[in-house]
Formats: sequence, structure tokens, C-alpha cells
Amino acid sequence: MSEKIRVLLAKPGLDGHDRGIKVIAAAFRDAGFEVIYTGLRQTPEQIVNAAIQEDVDAIGVSILSGAHMTLFPAIRKMMDDKGLKGVILFGGGIIPDDDIPELEKQGIDKIFTPGATTTETIEYLKGAVARNKKEDKIM
Amino acid sequence: MFDKDFLKKVAQKRSDWDKKAEKFKCKKSRPRFITVSGDEIKDLYTPEDIAHIDFEKKIGWPGEYPYTRGIHSTMYRTRLWTMRQFSGMGNARQTNQRYHYLLKNGQTGLSVAFDLPTLMGYDSDHPRSLGEVGKCGVAVDTLADMEIIFDKINLAEVSTSMTINAPASVLLAMYLAVAEKQGVAFDKLRGTLQNDILKEYIAQKEWIYPPEPSVRLITDMIQFCTSHVPQWNTISISGYHIREAGSTAAQEAAFTLADGFTYVEAAMKQGMDVDEFAPRLSYFFNAHQDFFEEIAKYRAARRIYARRMREKYKAKDEKSWLLRFHTQTAGCSLTAQQPENNIIRTAYEALSAVMGGTQSLHTNSMDETLALPSDKAALIALRTQQVLAHETGVTNTIDPLAGSYFVEALTDRMENDIETILDEIDRRGGVVKCIEEGYLQREIAKSAYRYQLEIERRERIIVGINDYIMDNEQIDIPILRIDESVEREQAKSIRLIKERRDNDKVKRTLDDLVSTCKTNGNTLKGILDCVRVMATEGEISDAMKTVFGEYHEPPVI
Repeated sequence: MSEKIRVLLAKPGLDGHDRGIKVIAAAFRDAGFEVIYTGLRQTPEQIVNAAIQEDVDAIGVSILSGAHMTLFPAIRKMMDDKGLKGVILFGGGIIPDDDIPELEKQGIDKIFTPGATTTETIEYLKGAVARNKKEDKIM
Repeated sequence: MFDKDFLKKVAQKRSDWDKKAEKFKCKKSRPRFITVSGDEIKDLYTPEDIAHIDFEKKIGWPGEYPYTRGIHSTMYRTRLWTMRQFSGMGNARQTNQRYHYLLKNGQTGLSVAFDLPTLMGYDSDHPRSLGEVGKCGVAVDTLADMEIIFDKINLAEVSTSMTINAPASVLLAMYLAVAEKQGVAFDKLRGTLQNDILKEYIAQKEWIYPPEPSVRLITDMIQFCTSHVPQWNTISISGYHIREAGSTAAQEAAFTLADGFTYVEAAMKQGMDVDEFAPRLSYFFNAHQDFFEEIAKYRAARRIYARRMREKYKAKDEKSWLLRFHTQTAGCSLTAQQPENNIIRTAYEALSAVMGGTQSLHTNSMDETLALPSDKAALIALRTQQVLAHETGVTNTIDPLAGSYFVEALTDRMENDIETILDEIDRRGGVVKCIEEGYLQREIAKSAYRYQLEIERRERIIVGINDYIMDNEQIDIPILRIDESVEREQAKSIRLIKERRDNDKVKRTLDDLVSTCKTNGNTLKGILDCVRVMATEGEISDAMKTVFGEYHEPPVI
């Protein structure tokens, strides 16, 4: 049996809408993941530092304020600057479909939009972490 | 409510009917019959369900205690609710244009939406504002922005609601300064500040200072407005965000009323007479999808409020007993899928608010799960209210659902549920204690998770989400985009203002404000001096932070 998936859930920027991230946190816990929640208003640096400290497999970010095109790339860049490798960055929120390809291009693995189910996100994360670990071994 | 013989006959008939219906009861069109809040609903309500309700004490007459049927004796026959669409986006100029557009199309009150940096007390050029400027509402840094927002809008003629909480004093001061420039006396100004900091800690999470100094800022403002801006509603105690965060209907009403009573107690502790300020308190609720549950919520909340204000807080002025409220349809009920369906959802929600006796109403736009409303979506939302007011006939009579076995039984149950929660909050030491311990936040998160699981188990059908899904759906409604240039322009304008203003004077007034914060002086007066000399919102908030400190939420999941 593989180890428990460790995931950091984070709210960057000034956005206080935390209903979605708390639902996801509860669902991930029920699915047997180790969940670390940063709380609100985290800077990209705080998020990446927490991810390093907690040695997580993935970072999940929720943004409902419209600042996603600034904040997702900022977190990605901070991960690269701090040499955080092999950690998946994914997220969700009020994000227009048109913005998703650009975010994916910038290294955000997956974006969930309103209406996504907790089951979908759980299955996605299991798959993504397994894929990542396999790639790690090959390298 | 009924005599014994009649009830006996009804009970007999009910049991006959139950037997007759038995063979159909095993077949169910849905697995469970529950409200949006998860409460079971019976198959049929009869006189038995309301037999225990005392008509005079519990239902009564519109405009009379306990106001279950409405706070005014004639309700919409004399005056329709205020159609107040919440809006604001990008920069001040864009927002001003939207206001002229809405007023031209028959909107009857303004309601300002600010962007996140403004709501949190940061200037647009602050590093924390990165990516957020103008996104969720209009960016306001100085008095100059506020003047443009209300350009060619006579403040003596409109009533303006401002959704602002932690920095509410600063934005009110700017509004007052705009009125001075327009030559409008303060006592002519009508409007509402949201200014409800307790629900920020509970649900919306846009705070600056810790609870204690935050409540002081509010009581300072109540005092200032009571003497200088008497027509201003200084606080709009809000359940809206509590519901959006996932609470049930009863939790929304209970947490909101508990917040209201906390402010009442705080002001009384400062030595104010309850009848001096209570008539200016107003409330703000969410209109969710469950039609009858929502109507029961408004009716029960009015009843409880009147009773507590009269019995517990000993208010003597009838105006202190009235639960006056604004309603907004539920943003969280809208879907990104097939967004046009949101027009229909909003219309039903608006109908429940009107059947529940709201004083003003905001109807959401169909595109709000995707972006801020486009002109077209905002207009349809406003038209939804106009159709409701003028075409459906629901405004012809007062509280049309009173006496319905179901609605009265549901109102009564809602009242009990709300009272139970209020008692639990008291038992735990009051609202502030419950916030500090994360109790309210956890209760809301639990309800939100339950609701989500009901959808995923398909116990609850949401059209376009877990049924009636359209494959390969193309969204073809216009989406409003806020240009990134707003951020650069705001930053530039702050730079120019700082070059041109009298910086010595700014420093002096900010220092004075700091001293006021340290003593018992009225903070609103000090803030008004600062905005007049073009201090920025961020500078004012930073000055107050040096005395009051900043709030940090312990992460609760």
C-alpha cells in the first residue's frame, strides 16, 4: 500500500471566499489524504515555504476573486525559484474557460471550475500523484 | 386556532386519507423530501399542524407586533421595495457610467461594490493588491475616486448603500466629503453602510483590525451619525455571506440576529439608550432556492427580533422592534453551466423575498459565476424585479401566504430552530467567543459539506450540474473583463495625488488620527479630516493599525 497523499490547500491574494476550499479539505480528509490548510491571505512565498516544510505531494489553490492570471503564475514562479520540484500545482475557482489553456501552459496542472465534484478532484489527485511518483522513479 | 371537535374530525379524516394514500406512498419521485437546509417536509399539512399557533400572538397584523406579516401596515400597496442593484467594477469612471445606466433604466437606489484591496484597506499600489485591483468591484484610493463615482449624481436625491466593513469609516468619510463638495447637507444624505464586522470574522473574511477595536469604530460611527447624519443606516447586519459560505436557513437567521443583539448590547454598554440607535439598525438576508423555507425564515426572523427587542432589551419605541431588511438572491445557487438558467433561479428567489416582505432587493445577474455582470446581464436582473413588481400581481395583497397550513407550520418550526441556535450561542458565551473558538465557522463548513454531498449523491438535483447536463456546451453570453491597465492607472493616479497634495498637512492629520485612536475621541471625525486633505485609504488604515493591530484568523477546517 502506498503512503498517504499529502496535500497543501491554500488561499492566496485578498480573497476571503473559503467555502470551496473547506469543502475540498473535508472531502480530501474523508478520502484518506493528509490535508494541510494554510488559511487565508497567503503570499506565494508563504505558500511555497509551507509546501517545502510540510513535504507535500501537491498544492491546491482556490481563487474566486478574478486574480487567477496573476496569482497562479506567481506561485508557479516561486516554486521554480525555490527549487520545489515534483510537486503538483492545481486549483479551482471562478475562472473563465478561456483562461485555462494559458494557465496550463504556465505549469498549472489542472483547473477545476464551478460544478466540479469532490469525487472528480479526489480521483484527479490520486492519478496525478501516482503519475508524478512514477516519473520520479524513471528519472 | 380551531375548536376541539373540528380538530377531532380533521384527525379522523387525516388517518383515513393516510390509509387511502398508502399504496402510492411507497412510490417516490425523489429519494427524500428535504429543504435546501436539509430539513424533512411532510407530505401534507392540515389544520392540525397549526392548531397550536395563537393567531394574535404569533401571526397578527401587518405593521403590528410581532410583525410576522410585515413591518408596514400596507406594505407594497403603498410603496414597492427599493430596487437596489449592487455594482461596481474597474475604475471610478466605469462604475459611474454603470450607475447612470441603471438609474436611467428605473433602478431606485445605488449600491457600491468595492474591489478587494479597498475592502481590506490597501491602496491599489500595495504589493498585496497585485492582480486584485478593480476585479470584484471598484477601486477607491482617495476622495478623488469617490468624486468620480458620484459624478453628476445628486447625493441629496439618491440613497446609496455601500458594501464596506473593516474600512467603513473611511469610505463613509469620503462619501460625506463628496456631499460637502456638492453642497449637500449631511442631514439630507440617505443610505446604508454594511459595516457589520462580526460576520466578516464568521463568513466573508474581510477584516483589518481585531474584534474589539473594530466594534469601537462601529459605535463611534453610530454616535457620529446619530447626531450629524440622522437618515443614515449605520449598519446592515448581514446573513447573506453566512448563507453563501454554506449555512442553513436557520443558521443564517440565528447567526445574524445574534450579531445584531451583540451590537445592541455593545452600544447599550457605551451608555446609549436602545431607542436612540435601534431604529437605524437594518439587516441583510440571502434569498436561496427553497421557496417556502425562505419565506418562513423572513417571517420567523421578524417575530423573534420584535420579541427580543421588546422583552429582552426593553426597547419602547416601536421602530426599535422592526426587522427592516435588504435581500439579495443567492449567488451560491447559480451555475456556470447553462448560465441563462440563472435568470430563472434568480426570479424564483426574488419572488420568495417579496413574499417574505423585504424592504429592498438585489437580483443577481446570470453571469456572476463567470465574472462581474455585463451591461446586458445587469439589465435583465433589474427587469426581473420590475416584472415581479408590476406584472405578477403578488404585490396586490399583504403577506399573501399567511394562514397556509404549510407556511405557518414552517414559520413556527423555523422560529424554534433559530431560538435553539441562539440559546446555544448564549450557552457558549456569546458571538465573539464563538468566533474566537471557530464554532460558527465550523458549523457553517459542516453544512456546506453536507449540501455538497447531497448533490454528489444526487439526493438533490441541480439542473445542469448533476442532471440535464449539456455535453460540449458552449457559453455564448458576453463576459465582462476588467483590464489589467486599471491597476497601473490607479497606481499612477495615487502617485500624482501624493505629489500635488500638501504632504505636511496629511502627516499632521494622520498623526492626529493616531492620537484619537489612542484616546476616546471619535474616530470618524478624525478620518473625515484625513480624507479631506487627500490621505489615501491605505495611509489611514495603516495609521489605525499602529494602534489597533491586525487580525489573523486561526485556520479552521
